Amino acid sequence: MIKNRLRSYTGVRNRGINPSGFHVSQIKFYFILVPLSIVMLLPIIYIFSSAFKPPDELFAYPPRLLVINPTLKNFNDLLSRLSTSGIPVSRYLFNSILITVITVAASILISSAAAYALSKKRFKLKNTLFAINTVALMFVPIAVTIPRFLVIEKLGIFNTYWVHILPVLALPVGLFLLKQFIDGVPDEVIEAAQIDGASDLVIYWRIILPMIRPAIATIAILTFQAAWNNAEISTFYINNESLRTLAFYLSTLTSASTTANTVAGQGIAAAAALIMFLPNLIIFIFLQRHVMSTMSHSGMK
Amino acid sequence: MQISRSFQRWVGKEGSAYAFLTPYALLFTVFIIIPVAAAFLLSFTFFDAIQPPRFVGLSNYIALITQDDTFMRYVLPNTIQFAVIVGPGGYILAFMLAWVLAQLPKVPRTIFALILYSPSMTASVAMVVVWKTLFSGDQTGYLNSFLLGLGLLREPVQWLQSPQYLMLIMIIVTLWSSMGIGFLAMLAGILEISPELYEAAAIDGMKSRLQEIFYITIPSMRPQMLFGAVMAIVGTFQAGAIGVLLSGSNPTPQYAGQLVVNHIEDYGFLRYEMGYAAAVSVVLLLMVLFFSRLATRLFGSND
Repeated sequence: MIKNRLRSYTGVRNRGINPSGFHVSQIKFYFILVPLSIVMLLPIIYIFSSAFKPPDELFAYPPRLLVINPTLKNFNDLLSRLSTSGIPVSRYLFNSILITVITVAASILISSAAAYALSKKRFKLKNTLFAINTVALMFVPIAVTIPRFLVIEKLGIFNTYWVHILPVLALPVGLFLLKQFIDGVPDEVIEAAQIDGASDLVIYWRIILPMIRPAIATIAILTFQAAWNNAEISTFYINNESLRTLAFYLSTLTSASTTANTVAGQGIAAAAALIMFLPNLIIFIFLQRHVMSTMSHSGMK
Repeated sequence: MQISRSFQRWVGKEGSAYAFLTPYALLFTVFIIIPVAAAFLLSFTFFDAIQPPRFVGLSNYIALITQDDTFMRYVLPNTIQFAVIVGPGGYILAFMLAWVLAQLPKVPRTIFALILYSPSMTASVAMVVVWKTLFSGDQTGYLNSFLLGLGLLREPVQWLQSPQYLMLIMIIVTLWSSMGIGFLAMLAGILEISPELYEAAAIDGMKSRLQEIFYITIPSMRPQMLFGAVMAIVGTFQAGAIGVLLSGSNPTPQYAGQLVVNHIEDYGFLRYEMGYAAAVSVVLLLMVLFFSRLATRLFGSND
């Protein structure tokens, strides 16, 4: 106590790692971070600003970063627009939302159940299975696009909603983080519940899930990003236009084959990019506290 | 009888663990293990997706090393250049930024962490919208307009179509979005280290912050350093599609931004030489594994 008070009195506490308040020595760090943050933010400010720009500002020369007369025209144009194959943009948006919601919910259940078994249950293959999953952290999905295509064709889920959801659910980093986090739940809690006669399902549902909320929030974010931002699945495993996602539609807006209308489509593309970006940001802002507490369990041995 | 009884005992003891594991294990097998195994097997065949695969031994690998001029002249050097700068570069940058952030109180730290992390959560397809206008080839592009205004350029440059600039832009764009989950893990790792370690070192006479970083901070957070390294390696190889997205074509102009990932797509989906593409995939997976092993050597536990 006295030591702490002394440290806060002399200001020592606010120097070094994880200070509790401001200290002059921190100014130099602001000098690094503030300019860097501005550079990091510029492209994002550009999206915000362009999405609300009227046509004459989009093509003003010299270009201006910030919007002067904001308008919702780009969003109206986007949502009332038909893609080249006659699908309304709202359909892509609907697909994206549906797929993302189902994927996030399913991923939480499946990964946390597996993580519970790998962390708290005793069985022979436990360590082997976790080791396999850890190796799979190094897995690069983009490398096996073709064999995945063959598997998906064999399963008969080519061109269905399933193909958007199922491949994304096997997320090794998600299982890894959940398992590490559940390791932090004391065994005594589970033993006490067992003595009270609770079944495994009850322990998982009533004890484990409520105790690992931060890790669940983190998995939700990771899966959300994997599903919501995914354009590859629509490109490679779907050829029915009405089953494709907003991320895919956005990629068609910017691809070279549509160079002819990139000029007219710039505002629309910015509006679509903003719709893609905002949910990521909002969810992360709400859940960032949980993410940080999960990440402190992220260590690999 | 004997067998069924021991089976029953096994179900009683371990059955529920496997029941919890099954859904994940099934998906993991179908979408990760089988595709990797299939890539490995297909890499020894000739397969055009029409006729059944025909076994050709090592000839895909031999062709890759001896005959694939594009791979040796462009794809491999590009990938190494890209990976060496973006991988370790992005990783060191992430650690340094995490360390700087850890020197600030909670509220400003959270705000800056959010700003630095936000590029990495954005879909690359969404960001391409931005890069295309920023680096647009005519005078309305932000970079051209800026440089023309300063008098540094006489006429607008086709940034994304010029072989000499494409790689540089790819590297900048990827570094910009590389403060991801590994960065957050390292930040959390630095914050977890007990302040007493630093105090003890100060009492023992450690004065410079640099010494602190190398003798206390990094050794105390090896597990997070390793996690961050693996995420950086995977992210680097995964980011390969960016050149095609930026230039709008595969192959990229004069193969300037062609990376292994694009080469796979080029052979697999454009030329339908799936066996050959599978061999390239296997090489890519081995590269990732090799670098991750290297990182484990550096940061893994010594016991």
